[in-house]
Amino acid sequence: MNQPAAVRVQGLVKRFGKTVALDGADLEVATGTVYGLLGPNGAGKTTLVRVLATLLRPDAGTAEVFGHDVATQASAVRQRIALTGQFAAVDELLTGRENLQMFGRLLGLDVRAAARRADELLARFELSEAAGRHARTYSGGMRRRLDLASSLLVRPQLLFLDEPTTGLDPHSRVTIWDIVRDLAEAGVTVLLTTQYLEEADALADRIAVIDHGRVIAEGTSDELKDHVGGQVLEVRLRSTADRPAAEAALLRLDGTAPQFGRDPLRLSVQVAHDGLGLLTNAAAALRDAGVALTDLGLRRPTLDDVFLQLTGAPPEDPQPRETSAHAAGPDGSAEAPAEHDARHVRHNPG
Amino acid sequence: MTTLAPPALPAWRRIVRDGLLLTVRNLRHFVREPHLVVFSTVQPIMFVLLFSFVFGGAIGQALPPGLDYTSFLLPGIFVQAVAFRSTQTAVGLANDLDKGVIDRFKSMPMARSAVLLGRTAADLIRSVFVVLLMAGVGYLIGFRFVTGPLQATAAVLLVALFGFALSWVFAFVALYVRNPEAAQSAAFVAVFPLVFASSAFVPVETMPGWLATITAVSPVTVTVDAVRALAIGGPVLSPLLQSLAWIVAVVAVFMPLSVWRYRRVD
Ligand SMILES: Nc1ncnc2c1ncn2[C@@H]1O[C@H](COP(=O)(O)OP(=O)(O)OP(=O)(O)O)[C@@H](O)[C@H]1O
Ligand SMILES: [Mg+2]
Repeated sequence: MNQPAAVRVQGLVKRFGKTVALDGADLEVATGTVYGLLGPNGAGKTTLVRVLATLLRPDAGTAEVFGHDVATQASAVRQRIALTGQFAAVDELLTGRENLQMFGRLLGLDVRAAARRADELLARFELSEAAGRHARTYSGGMRRRLDLASSLLVRPQLLFLDEPTTGLDPHSRVTIWDIVRDLAEAGVTVLLTTQYLEEADALADRIAVIDHGRVIAEGTSDELKDHVGGQVLEVRLRSTADRPAAEAALLRLDGTAPQFGRDPLRLSVQVAHDGLGLLTNAAAALRDAGVALTDLGLRRPTLDDVFLQLTGAPPEDPQPRETSAHAAGPDGSAEAPAEHDARHVRHNPG
Repeated sequence: MTTLAPPALPAWRRIVRDGLLLTVRNLRHFVREPHLVVFSTVQPIMFVLLFSFVFGGAIGQALPPGLDYTSFLLPGIFVQAVAFRSTQTAVGLANDLDKGVIDRFKSMPMARSAVLLGRTAADLIRSVFVVLLMAGVGYLIGFRFVTGPLQATAAVLLVALFGFALSWVFAFVALYVRNPEAAQSAAFVAVFPLVFASSAFVPVETMPGWLATITAVSPVTVTVDAVRALAIGGPVLSPLLQSLAWIVAVVAVFMPLSVWRYRRVD
């Protein structure tokens, strides 16, 4: 492969006053792939995308898009990219059709080509009926779709999607996923950010986990999951009132603190060894503690677990998580760099 | 399912094309705000009527014999109207900068100056419309362009150009303060003294000496004097040249300054 990488970011730093939004981020996205940038609120995802889209100037480090520096060769970069930002960039006072026609004309299509292309996209994004209405009357999902359509009037080489499905209903989400897959098929490189792990899992060839402005882990979805370890014991409570009791019961089992995800009813424990034994003991311990369950089981780790482990472990945790990572699958090489990075996780908020 | 990007145009053609596209967009915005259309039409009419009937009696006395206040006032109030109008450039641009759509403009391979050009050009067109409207109302209360169609056209053009030049000043203000309300207030603080300390509503000779001295060289005064001469007669050349000099100077300073500033805002 002598194609330049679609994106190459090295030691990127961006500050807003005292806030360090990007703190030496490194990233490489191969041409023709879908790349997922995963991180919690305030991790620096949007800032990174905005730097790459030439909207922000970095304070230090370099960022290149197809070999063109975003700071010094911005117009070459703009000719190759399209951006669908976190907040819809549509003109509220124009109709959906007028929006698309205007952006098409600004991208150099003639009047007829812009009109034809606008109608194609309106149909594709299920907006034909609303095409004549002002965009300010659109629902959040319609706005997002219009915004994405605006990025596709002319085929970009690299498409940035900043949280493309946040706040969308399942149907709209699937529509957007399908579009991303079609674009990838057509050879468009896609860099998408998300807080939804299943989204990164479903769409991205490779994933970077970003926190506090740094990439703390990078790899394929499988590599990241292997990093957590072989299996996870998952418990679903009937009521959040049982959380302390369940936590105590599980902690007594083998000393690994259970973790909470975004779902307050869900606890998970990384299984270092003997999953079946742990499952049996956990069932007994929870029953003895009088905790009512709706579900209990062993499963492969999800990206949720990766995420929790990398970003959620308290700094004074006496049991470094690397021990469970060592029990990972046979391929130790893939997890080594991620493990190294995991030690750099900082937990001071703000 | 995708369309390939058309070949790039030379820079100047892109600036013209993108500037025009955004001019159309801004004019569309304007007509989509019915309240804005109504009040920005009523306001200049109200000014013409209020000024000529309220001040006409008092100020008419100070005018040279044979000159009625309505004829004196109308050229002044044309300039006043476009000067006030040009503060809307600040509001419109600050509003745009507030909205997500600016991110799309900035991430597209379009001319960087088009957002500013489209804004000032749309405001120029609205200024011409306002001046024609006021002239129409003026005709109903006795105002006449007495010099001829050529001079009348020149008068309207000069007023519009003056508004265009001020638009660039207020575009720069908007790029600095960002917030629409603040931009509006800042613009008014600048425009009020400029318009009232001028020959727009009263003869400069009636002001205290120090003020008359300052007022005599004010861009508003020279422009009003030129427009007045073009509309109702009098010496044209000197005020016209001074006014054009102001217009050229203001555009030459604030256009590049605004474009420079626009590139830097995030
Ligand atoms: N324009 C700005 N001015 C000041 N601080 C900013 C600005 N933009 C971002 N920040 C700060 O930089 C940090 C990173 O923000 P960023 O928007 O990149 O995060 P994010 O990962 O996109 O978060 P989210 O998931 O909430 O969208 C945050 O602490 C944020 O408050
Ligand atoms: Mg964000």
